[in-house]
Amino acid sequence: MPQITFIQPDGTRRSIAAQPGTSIMQTAVANAIPGIIAECGGAAMCCTCHVYLDETSVPFVAPVSEVENEMLEGAASGRRENSRLGCQLILQAGVEELIVHLPSHQV
Amino acid sequence: MTNSATVAPLHVNAVSTDFDPYADDVLDDPYPHYEMLRELGPVFYLSRYSAYGIARHAEIDPVLRDPVTFCSSAGVGLANFHTSTPWRKPSIILEADPPMHQRTRKVVAGLLAPAAINKLRATFEIEASLLVDNLLDTGSFDAVKDLCEAYPLKVFADAVGIPSEGREKHLLPYGDMVFNAFGPVNERFNTCLAKAQDAIAWIGEVCQRENLTPNGLGMQLYKAADDGLIEPDEAPMLVRTLLSAGLDTTVFTLCNAIVSFGRHPEQWAHLHANPAMARQALEEVLRYETTFHSFYRTTTREVEIAGVPLPNEQKVCVFIGSANRDPRRWPDADKFDVTRRASGNLSFGTGIHGCAGQMIARLEGEIVLTALARRVKRFHLEGKPVIHYNNSVRGYITMPVSVEAA
Repeated sequence: MPQITFIQPDGTRRSIAAQPGTSIMQTAVANAIPGIIAECGGAAMCCTCHVYLDETSVPFVAPVSEVENEMLEGAASGRRENSRLGCQLILQAGVEELIVHLPSHQV
Repeated sequence: MTNSATVAPLHVNAVSTDFDPYADDVLDDPYPHYEMLRELGPVFYLSRYSAYGIARHAEIDPVLRDPVTFCSSAGVGLANFHTSTPWRKPSIILEADPPMHQRTRKVVAGLLAPAAINKLRATFEIEASLLVDNLLDTGSFDAVKDLCEAYPLKVFADAVGIPSEGREKHLLPYGDMVFNAFGPVNERFNTCLAKAQDAIAWIGEVCQRENLTPNGLGMQLYKAADDGLIEPDEAPMLVRTLLSAGLDTTVFTLCNAIVSFGRHPEQWAHLHANPAMARQALEEVLRYETTFHSFYRTTTREVEIAGVPLPNEQKVCVFIGSANRDPRRWPDADKFDVTRRASGNLSFGTGIHGCAGQMIARLEGEIVLTALARRVKRFHLEGKPVIHYNNSVRGYITMPVSVEAA
């Protein structure tokens, strides 16, 4: 089964099996991954599921939309080139693994 | 209370009900009525108001995420701006559709994003600590006036950067009117509008550039206009938006928190033991005693909701307060439980019109609850809190409480 790997700021890794079609945010919330708050429930409105997408995963996800782009500007821990909202990153069929790095804080 | 006996099928293809969401006795305790609405079906017709209604999470979430079919430019109250004149010039963000909405929202959302508002945290925490210390010295007080109104009137109005003089007198009556306007033009709205003329004039004045502090949120909107991101005459309108959207709502959210914890001391005990849970607890307050209970969208074409056909140009009442108590979405929906994962509730709406100020609202709520959780062992409601009747938001006029210090 495909998986999503979450890497904490201290380097701790955890890989979670995930169904295609689910978002990184949903997988994190369902498995109580620390560091993903997702207060707005997945509407790209709160920026509390901010992650840094590992460069190896970039080819496997849709590009940043305009709404996501604006929200990322307000990320509490600061935006980087690989910043994404976990609620907008969907595990697509055929992708074996997505890897994300969690920021130091979300609010 | 309306029940299924008063319901008859109409030409509208949805179950029709004479239920009045704005009646005093409904506002006193809306939740049994919401259950009745949810059980009518996924879509119903409010015959008194010639509007459709949806009250389940499953229908409300996708409707709010489809602003093209369910628009806001015809007004988010019962009145249809396509066929009647609004009581004020429509908001250029709340009552606007894409693509104009996107341009305006970008400016406002930037001001209110987590990174931007984190600069306010230290000041907000100091003010909360001072306020809570004073209240504990008093021991008993009116939680509405002395806490839930006092805090946002100080910190949020300071953040926007308006003068101190006149806030108490004018800001809350103005917000009361704005939120009444999201329902029908009823006696409640007309009485409020008649009393608010001074407030309207005052708001117009304080939103002017020369009356704003140099670094506040209000002045940043004028700077956005200087940079050409919005038109010059839009800056004062958006300052007005901050004041009308951001104050009463936070006041009432704090009221709903105190009333919920006053009635559920075991939940307060839990938070008192774990003040770090304040933010999560606030989310449960928002779900359990939702602040903004209902508003409208307007159909822009013939459309089906859950198989029910709706014609074009129809008002659809969206019962947020009901979606957040929908047992199809929330296990033990009527139970107040701060340990629950309540995010995903629709208190701030969702989709492109989701509340742009939700993160500053959460910041204020988290900070007040944290300060209280650290110092207050127990709240006692001294008498029945007096409800503030409003067409769309739920809060209180007065709430005598006493507190036991930790």
